[in-house]
This record gives sequence, structure tokens and C-alpha cells, in this order.
Amino acid sequence: MAVLARAGGEAIRAHLADAAPLPPHTRLRGPETGLVMLRGRAGGDGAAFNLSEMTVTRCSVSLPCGAVGHAYIAGRDQAQAELAAVLDAALQDPARRPSLMAAVIAPLAAAQAALDKAEARKAAATRVQFFTMATMR
Amino acid sequence: MMRPGFTDPVLDAQSCFRAVLEAMSRPGRVQRLAAPLQPPAPLAPATAAVLLTLVDAETPLWLDAGDEAAEWVRFHCGCPIATTPAEAAFVLATGTPPDIAALPQGTDEAPEAGATLVWQAAALEAGQGWRLSGPGIEHEHRLRVGGAPEGFRAAWAAQRGRYPRGVDIILCAGEAIAALPRTTRIEEG
Amino acid sequence: MAYVAVKGGEQAIGNAHAWLAETRRGATAQPELDVAQIEQQLGLAVDRVMAEGACHDRGLAALAIKQAQGDLIEAAFLLRAYRTTLPRFGHAAPLDTGRMRLRRRVSATYKDLPGGQVLGPTYDYTHRLLDFALAAEGGAPEAAPQAAEGLAEAPRVTELLAREGLMRRERASEDEPADLTRQPLAFPAGRPARLQNLARGDEGFLLGLGYSTQRGYGNNHPFVGEIRQGRATVCFTPPELGFEIEIGEVEVTECQMVNQFHGSKAEPPQFTRGYGLVLGRGERKAMSMALVDRALMAGELGEERAAPAQDEEFVLMHSDNVEATGFVEHLKLPHYVDFQSELEVVRRMRATAAAPQEVAE
Repeated sequence: MAVLARAGGEAIRAHLADAAPLPPHTRLRGPETGLVMLRGRAGGDGAAFNLSEMTVTRCSVSLPCGAVGHAYIAGRDQAQAELAAVLDAALQDPARRPSLMAAVIAPLAAAQAALDKAEARKAAATRVQFFTMATMR
Repeated sequence: MMRPGFTDPVLDAQSCFRAVLEAMSRPGRVQRLAAPLQPPAPLAPATAAVLLTLVDAETPLWLDAGDEAAEWVRFHCGCPIATTPAEAAFVLATGTPPDIAALPQGTDEAPEAGATLVWQAAALEAGQGWRLSGPGIEHEHRLRVGGAPEGFRAAWAAQRGRYPRGVDIILCAGEAIAALPRTTRIEEG
Repeated sequence: MAYVAVKGGEQAIGNAHAWLAETRRGATAQPELDVAQIEQQLGLAVDRVMAEGACHDRGLAALAIKQAQGDLIEAAFLLRAYRTTLPRFGHAAPLDTGRMRLRRRVSATYKDLPGGQVLGPTYDYTHRLLDFALAAEGGAPEAAPQAAEGLAEAPRVTELLAREGLMRRERASEDEPADLTRQPLAFPAGRPARLQNLARGDEGFLLGLGYSTQRGYGNNHPFVGEIRQGRATVCFTPPELGFEIEIGEVEVTECQMVNQFHGSKAEPPQFTRGYGLVLGRGERKAMSMALVDRALMAGELGEERAAPAQDEEFVLMHSDNVEATGFVEHLKLPHYVDFQSELEVVRRMRATAAAPQEVAE
């Protein structure tokens, strides 16, 4: 769910083209957009406080086999939420799971990890190396 | 298998809200709801529509309708389930309703914090039964509520002493709703 | 009279809106800005609108900026108005800022600290010289260099001090925090209500107040213990699932301002912290918020409360730029009847003031 929440609807669709077609689904609820209140903690580790709301889209679907899938994703992309919910349901089917994991989830997770890694490296490149101070000590 | 909620969440909730507003404005007048819902037993379509319209993540609900109905309501409304009626903003009674004096009454400063009782009755029949009067009623409205328990009228009369605190009631039966806001007086027909 | 004016205004208002739309678009010879460009290239404006609009949604904030022609307070107002149309699904778990994916992390109190000084994409060391190259057709800048490895663990500076017993610990609490979007402010406001108010408060107002504490209005000698900026994971527990799921990430800026505290009868001398947490890359605001948060703790710490920044009611009632805009700007709406009565009063006072003189003559 975390991987699908961070992926754009188009990215999910692009990877789905490589997988077996998804079964038809029934919408149980949504997709609908609402708000979730974000919280922080005083001092980073103290009492919780309400920081700001954020837009969130949710969707729940069921498949003919009876599996129910849910998705809550940041933002307003209703197509992404619906796809994520269908995938959540389809991934519960042991017959479909391996191919969906390989075709959709694994590449999305790898792409997200690569972006995170690149950003962490850019940040590390801006880490100050106090070399003159070190030699003066 | 989870049953769906409103087909069109926005329009269906709006028309149901309008019906609740009408019912509250004209206590005892019966409104018909058009939303074709198939909620799990024992919920009537009108009861389900009222819950989908009014209950959400910020209104704890207490209900006596069993696990399947509780699961359905929690899923579609996203509401917390209260462990006692005293902690609830909405109380759903499909059987004998709880004593209204035991529900949250609000305060003189915030009377709107009083609970709303959604009472699924055996039947609602206008034009007979109780004589209702008060705001929203020009002369008198009559309403028969099937299965109203002994002592309800006395408890309702006692509530007037607590005004503006108190409990409001939305009555549901089949696809019909009516309302008894806390300002309404009830006399035996 | 007022009603006549309202009816007569309809046509004028319609025409004013049409001219506003035309003005917003500017000369049609220029290509129209699209919302994605604003979201990407005016990212700090988007961040500010999200923070003060108290709603995280980059696309909506960018749209609001376009609609408001870059008036960020108007844009925050638009975003606040929009959020009222959405249902609330619930609240997320408090963001774990200690574990955010850092883009920037600096401390003014320790040179060498675990995790190091990480500058991130900062304006701090730019020369503030206008870069005319940006006015020319640019092309993409060179890609930022990447180190061989990512960042090391970066523990909180305040935790380092707290372990030595030199930093006042925050009282962890699982109490349901006050929510200003549901309950109006009441005084004394608890710290959760204060922090929520400051987090959505106007950056300029907080900056001025924070500055005042440095200039002696409030006894304050702050150090930036730590500034952290990066992406924090949002975790939410849907009631129907009953377990926590990750629903996305938000970029936030956190500032821990370290202040000396002389101690009281109950507590030894130690450092205390002011806290700032802001949506997006709002470093100036996070720092200002931390200064003002610390100033507002004067009462709890038994310090003298003399300066404006220490006055809870003064700060919290005036920090919100949407509220302030509403009340200041309503003055330009028709007050014809009010003013007529004032006119009458002044004329009558002048008449009575003049009358005895005539008698004396």
C-alpha cells in the first residue's frame, strides 16, 4: 500500500500493461477525496498537536472472488486511488500475487528507492567537510 | 461481503439531508426517501440513508444492530463506534431505544452537543396516534410510532425541563423518516 | 439606502470580475502560466500557501496562486475556503520528524555532530545578486552533484543535550490535542493549540514578533539547535482497517530553538526549546515560530510576561492572516448607514459645542 500511495496513477497504469489484466471490480466506496489532519509533536517528541490538513483520496472495491481492497492515498488522484484499491484486492489472490508483485510493485518500489537514494546523495554532497578546522586543531 | 453504500454519495446524501431538514422543520410529518439502498439486516433503507448522510469520522456512533451492521456503518461512514450510548454523538436503536436521559444532553452553552437518536421503529403512520405541537407545527401534527416503549412519553416530557439541553430524534421505518426535535411536545392521541 | 447600492452594484461587480480575469491573464502575447509550472518553479510560494492555508495539496495551492495573481494571502484564503468543502476522514499519526528523509540539516550549536551539517538546496550562501542569466532563455541547469553514499544517521541535537540532563524534556502525551478548525481559541490556550495556531499563522507576523524577542522584547537568547528539512511519511489508521498504513509523504521544515533557562524553584537551570514545524520549505517561518513558541512559554516557566510576543492572547488572536484580512478588508465594504449615524452625532456635538458660545455673546 505504501508503494502504491507514493506512485502516480500513470506510473501504476504503465506497469499494469506488463501484467495479466485485472479482474472486473465493484466500487464499494468512493473514490472520494477528503481531508486527513496531519499532526506533529511539540519539540519533535512531546505532546501531539494538529499541524495542517492534507487532501487524501480513498477507494474500496471488491472483486468477483470476494476479495476486498482498500486504498488511501495523499492527494486527489481518484484514478490512482481506484487502481491502488483494485491492486490491493488482487494482491490477496495467491495466484495473481507473484506476477503483480513482479510487474507492478517491485519496479515501482525500485524507482522510488532510486529517487530517495539520489536525493540522499545530493544532500550528502552538500554536507560540510570542515577540513581546514580539522587540520588547525 | 460488504454491501455498497449510496450509488451517488454526493447527490444521494444531499437529497437525504434535505429530507431530514424537512422532517426536523415539520416535526411528525413523514418524508419518503428515494435512495435505493440494500443495507445489511436489521437496517432499514431509511435508517441506512440517515446514517450515511449524518455520521462521519467526527461523530462516535453507538448502535444495537449487531456486528454486520456495525461493520457496514463503520466502513461507509468511517465513524468511531462508541462503547456506551453516553459517549455517542449518534445513537442507533433498532430495538427498544435507550432511556433518552442517559444520552449526552449537551450543555447550556453548547446544546448542539446533545445526542441524536436514530430510532428505527416498526412503523410510522401520519394522521393518527400522538398529538404533536410546538415550533414547526401550526396547529397539531399526528404521528403513530409503532413499537414505542412504555414510559417514552414521560421521559420525553421530562426532557423539557432540561431545555435547551436535550436529545433530538430521527424516526425511521422502511423508506420513511420523521423527526422529533427536542422542542416538540407529545400528547397521547 | 444600502439595499439600493447592493442592487445597483450587480452589473458593476460582474464587469469588475471580467476585468479581473483579463488582468490576471495579462498580455495574451505571452504564453499562459500553467498550474504545473507554478507548482514546480514557484515551489516556495506553493509551500507558503499550503502552510498558511493549512491544507497540504501542491496542485490546489498552485491553482490558488494562479487565481490570486500571486497574492499569497488571497491564495491561502482560497485554499482555506476549498478545504471546508471536503469531509474529514480522520487524523494521521504525529509525523516522525526524527526519521524524515533529510534534504537539509544544520545546527548552530555544534560544529561536529553525528550526521554533520547538511546544507541542502539553500539560499544561505548565495550573494543576493540578481542573476540576469535567469531572465534569458535558460535551458536546464547542470544536475546537482551526488556523493558516493547517502546521508548518515542524524540524531536530534536536542536529544544529545537531553541525555546529559541539560535540556528540558518535552512531556510526551497521548491526549487528544485541541483543534482550532473545530473549536475556537480559548484562553489560556494549551501548547498544542498554540502550535497549531502558529503553524498556520502569517509568516510576516511571526517574523516580526520573533525579531522583537531578539531585540529585547522578551528575555530571549536563542541558538538554532537544529533545523531539519525533508520528507516525512504520513501514517494513517483507517477505522475500517484498524491498522496503520502509509498514505504518502509531506515535506516539512522543523526548527528547534535552544534557549537558556535560569531555573525555578521546581526546575534546575537548563536549556529549554522553542519549536517550529511548518509544511514545506518554510525555514524563516519555522524559525520565527520557534522563537514565538518559546516566548509564549514564559507563563509556564514562571518568567515575567511583559513583551508582546509573550502575550498569548495578543499573538494567537492576530496571527491568522485569513482572519486578519477579513476584518481589515471588511472596512471597505459599505458602511453607509453606520457612517450616517456617526455624521449625525458629530454634527449634533458641534451644534451643542457652538450653542453656549452664542449665549455668552
